This record gives sequence, C-alpha cells and structure tokens, in this order.
Amino acid sequence: MNVVLREGMETRAAGRAETSLAVIDCDVHQAMRNPADLRPYLSERWWNHLVTYGQRRRLGPAKGPAYPKGQPGAMRRDAWPEDGGRPGSDLGLMQRQHLDPNHVAFAILNPLTPSGQGLQDPELSTAVCGAVNRWQVDAWTSRDARLRASIVVPYEDGAAASAEIARWAGDKNFAQVLLLSRTAEPLGQRRYWPIYEAAEHAGLPVGIHAFGYGGQPISGSGWPSFYIEEMSGHAQCAQAQLTSLVMEGVFARFPRLSVVMTEAGFAWLPSLLWRLDKLWLRMRDEVPHVKEPPSSYLRRQVWLTTQPMEEPEHRRHFRDILAWIGADRLLFASDYPHWDFDDPAEAFPIALDEATRHGVFFANAAALYRLE
Amino acid sequence: MIAAPIDCDIHPTVPGLAALLPYLDAHWREQVVARGLDELDSISYPKNAPITARPDFSPEAGTDCMRLLARALDPFGTRLAICNCLYGVQLPFSEDLGAALAAALNDWIAREWLDRDARLRASIVVPTQNPALAAAEIERVAMDRRFVQVLLLANDSEPLGRRRWWPIYEAASRHALPVGIHAGSNYRHAVTGVGWPSYCIEDYAAQAQSFQSQLASLICEGVFAKFPALRVVMIESGFTWLPAFLWRLGKFWRGLRAEVPWVTTPPAEIVRERVRFTLQPVDAPEDPAILLRVIEQMGSDRLLLFSTDHPHWQFDGGAALPEGLPPLLAERVLAENALETYPRLLEATTAEEGP
Repeated sequence: MNVVLREGMETRAAGRAETSLAVIDCDVHQAMRNPADLRPYLSERWWNHLVTYGQRRRLGPAKGPAYPKGQPGAMRRDAWPEDGGRPGSDLGLMQRQHLDPNHVAFAILNPLTPSGQGLQDPELSTAVCGAVNRWQVDAWTSRDARLRASIVVPYEDGAAASAEIARWAGDKNFAQVLLLSRTAEPLGQRRYWPIYEAAEHAGLPVGIHAFGYGGQPISGSGWPSFYIEEMSGHAQCAQAQLTSLVMEGVFARFPRLSVVMTEAGFAWLPSLLWRLDKLWLRMRDEVPHVKEPPSSYLRRQVWLTTQPMEEPEHRRHFRDILAWIGADRLLFASDYPHWDFDDPAEAFPIALDEATRHGVFFANAAALYRLE
Repeated sequence: MIAAPIDCDIHPTVPGLAALLPYLDAHWREQVVARGLDELDSISYPKNAPITARPDFSPEAGTDCMRLLARALDPFGTRLAICNCLYGVQLPFSEDLGAALAAALNDWIAREWLDRDARLRASIVVPTQNPALAAAEIERVAMDRRFVQVLLLANDSEPLGRRRWWPIYEAASRHALPVGIHAGSNYRHAVTGVGWPSYCIEDYAAQAQSFQSQLASLICEGVFAKFPALRVVMIESGFTWLPAFLWRLGKFWRGLRAEVPWVTTPPAEIVRERVRFTLQPVDAPEDPAILLRVIEQMGSDRLLLFSTDHPHWQFDGGAALPEGLPPLLAERVLAENALETYPRLLEATTAEEGP
C-alpha cells in the first residue's frame, strides 16, 4: 500500500532503470479531468439527461462511493495533478510517475468513474459507455502506444453490450471487455451470455473488475457498516461470480472465452476450487451442462490480477498459494493511481524464480492480450 | 488410543410442524392448524439433496432419534454430540410467530431427543426476527444445561456484527454460551452479493462466502471487544478459506484500522482466540499434505472441532476425520478443542463421571 508520499520515489525508481525488466500492468485507472470531457461524445439528448437527472446508479448517493473510502477518492496522495483534475487524468503525470520509472511496456486501462456501467437506465448506460470508449481512444490510447483500453459495456443489457463489443472488434486500441463485479444478477446467467458470445467472437478476454453497484448488498446477510468490509467483501463477490460462471455452464458453452478477475485478490481461489469440485461430484445431476470438474474450466479459462495481493503472516505460505493456483494464471497489476498501488519492485512477499517472474510480470499477459 | 470424539454438528430432522403442536400454546396451535401451516423446511437443504441426506441414510431416518444415533454416533464411538436443528423457524416474517416456533422447537428437541440419550446436547434456536425476543428465548432455555450454545444462520437480515444483534451476544455471554453460526439463510437477501443464483449447488457453495462476510462483520464491528467472553463457532462453514481471508482482511486492517479503532489486534489473532470451526465439510483435495499445509497456515491446532454433519453427505463411509492428521492434532480436533470451547460440555462430562 502506498499512502504516504515517498520522497525521492522517482529518483529511486530511475536508479534501478537499467536493470529493471519490462512489465505489463493489467490494471491502470485513467480518469476524466472533468465530466464535460464526455460532452463531445454524447448527443444533446443524453448530455442534457445527464445534466438534469444525473447518472442514477443502483445506489442511494448521487455521487461518490457507498462507503467513504480510506483516502480521498481512494487515491495515492501523490497522484493528484498539480494543475487540478483527478488522479489518473493527466497522461504526463501517469507517464512520469508510473509508466516510465516502472518500465511499463503495456498498460491495460480500466476506466471506473464515470464509465456508464450498471446505471439504472439502460439506454443512458449504453450512451455513456459508447462515449467513454470513444474518449478512451482520443484521450489515451492514441497518445501513448503502451496503452490499451478496455471496452466498457452496458452489461445489464446483454444485447446492447454485445453491440458495443462488436463495434470495437478488431480495433487494436482495445485489449479486453470490462465488466464490474457487482452486477444485478450473477454473471453466469443467461442475460449476460450475449457479452461472452461477442467477446469470444472478437477474441477479447472479459475482465471483471471489483466494485460497481448492482443493487444487491455485498453480503448474503445485507449491508455491512464499513468500507473495510466492502473491500474485504469484493473477494466474496468474485468467488460468487466464478461459481456462477462455471455452474451456469458459461465456460462450457464458450470454450474460447477468457475471464480475468481484476483487483479481487487471488489466494482464495484454491479453497473455492476444492469446494466446487467436491460439490460438483455430489450434485452434478443438478447442473448436467457442467461436464468437467469446475476446477478444470477455471484453470483453463480464468486469470487473476495480483493487486491487492494477500499478505500471509509467514512468507513461505505465499509459495503454497502460487503452487496451488499455478503462476501461469496470475497477471501483475499495480492499480495506479489508487492508494493501495502495488509497486512492481516490492509487491511480492517472496522472491520469484526467473521463469515465474517473467510469466507473472510479462509473458502471461502478453499471450492473453496478444500484446507485442 | 485416540479419545472418544465429540461431534459438534449433527442434525435431527423435524418430521413436520405437527410434531411441534404439543409445544405450542393454544393460540399458536389454533393459528398453525387453522391457517394450514404444515411445514417450515427451507430451500437451503432440499429434503432429498445430497447435501441434506447421505445416500446410505434415508431422509426420513433423520427424524428418528435412535436411527440417527445408531448411524451418527455409534460407529465413531462418539461420547457427546451437539444437535443443530435446521428447521426454518427464522423464515416467517412475523416476530411473534418466529418466537413461538423457536420456543416450541427448543422444547421439542429437549423432550424428543435430549431426554432419550445422555450423549446428546443441543443448540438454542432463537427467533432472529427480533433480537430482544431471541435474548428472551436464551434466558428461558439456558437453565437446561444440556443446551450448550446459541444457534444463528450464516445469512440473516443484517450482518451479524451489527448492533442489532448485540442483545443475543449479551445473553449468550451471560450464560457462557458460545454463539454457533450454521450454514443457511432465511433469505432476507439474495445469498450472494451479486444476486440470486440459479442452482442449489451455487447456494451451498456461497455459504462459505457468507461465513467470510460474517467473520469480517463480527471482527470489524467490535463484537469481540465488546463481549470479551464471547466465543463464536462457525458450523458447516468449511475452513480452508480461512487463511486467505485473514491475509486479505489483515492487510486491509493495517491500512484502514482508523475506521474501526476498537479493533486493536490483528484479525488473525482475534480468530485464533475466539473463533472455532467445525470440521465437516473439509474442502480440500485428497492429498493429506495439502490439508496439513492449510492447517499450518491457520496457525493454530485449536481451531477445528470434530463434526460428522450427519445426515448431510460430506464424506464417504466412516472417514469423518481426514487422513494424515498427526495424533496430537487429531486428539485436539476430536475432543479437546470442543471441551475448551463449550464450558457446559466439560460440566456434563464431569457430572457423568461423578459418583
């Protein structure tokens, strides 16, 4: 975690430049300087709609998070641009602070606020997502060749989401389709299948990023009180999503679909696989479309990003988790410019052997996203 | 020779609401009959599903005390077993109906089960529809010392750490009763944080995530600080998720503890002091080495309490205790940990061995 501004960070990072290896960062958050950045990409009708009624998420507050974050905007204190705007809104600062010193060869951009995803009004959601995607090309990917964007889609409307994916299929500015993990219903359900069909057809992985508001409390027992519980709870939602995807037969029906669980941790995966495999042996008659043990689908079709990385009490236990998951499933992510940013030089609690290091920091993502 | 086990999770089955009629007062008896309320089974455990009924044990057999004991206790040489009744008294929306049904259920289990076999103990089922009524039920039943804990479900109307529930923890603490949280839901919310799943297999899988959320809630709301004598037992929760959960929560606690200043020790330490887990289901591969690594990651040999979860189908044949546990650990799991967790078990054992 990186909350306190560390003096001399850029100098230190630059100092190891010549010996550092290139990394692919699978979770970087770019932002708008101002909501008006979106105006050129929206029709008069939808701009006026936004101004008059706002976005109307599946959440009470008109703006901001359900739970006050630990830091303003959950941002690194040192990532606010000096001339105003939100962290992540200034490409120059992102380059100086992260992409250059940390030797980022490619970065996958996941826009979060505002992205148009998960809004109550499906047509507004479609309009805003489309606008955000065009903005991503103009303001980001066309200005730095290292950047690849994620297609944001109005995922609660499968047909509209599918159309948005088809619009960008084959466009090298985009590397994946982005969903948020807090959906209105579990992501394996039929209403979301057009998304997987379109993503598979376009050869794009589907990234499922923690957060979002689907209208459901984050636990099966209602709304917790605290932000720390919401943070912790994203791992539970990720587990529920993978359970749904496998038990609804999504992986069986879309065998070339790749799913990337982003910013939800990964150490919980082995226990989940053990539980699902065991239950499948008992109750597979309920889900005959699941032909293989759940773990075989998940080991073939799911990847996970590393940040925020679980920190075992004893470092040796981290090695168990790597072995049980398989290091070929992990993709390095920094989460720049958020407060719990993982520095590629320091994030792992253990030293990785060269092959593992190369896979996690570069080769796994290069192959999955076809980056070259 | 390994000690005779204490089984911390067996499930008597209520044959139907008619069985509770003798334990309801005239008003509720009349209401139940006149309104045609004849059963309270929940969708959590469909009667014939494998998670409910072992293939070598008919669903009806769970309603028969002697048959259940012959299958669940005798083959293992079990000396004591805790009955956790999963009848859906938490389902009705009426607080008063819930309270009447919970009281009837507790009286039923005492007369129809505990009275029949000295090895049996039970959990106090409470009307979670209203925590004040739940606390009153604890007060009413706790004088019967064969009731050794209070039973809640892993999913209810609010996360279990919230102050709404504190009257229950206060009453439990007063009587030195651990609070057991069992898999299940009264479906006040979808069972996952992303809505209602399609299948029973997903519902059951999701219970492990519900326990994770509840543990976070109990810790973050300061329940363990507020009630220093309180012990919590997670029942039929699975436990192999615990290390990864604690690594994540512990990391966030280091970054965000200003939000919950009453949490002054790392979550992992709180859990090792105050929380226990019943053994079944063991969500781990066959290879004993992996399970042992998980237990090492848990960082204590005190956390697991032997359970068969009878008649739920968790293991085949008699293999309730996983292979490969070192003898000292096995003894802890089989009996010692339970004796340390449930003060009333110790008391009962002593009385039996007395003059």
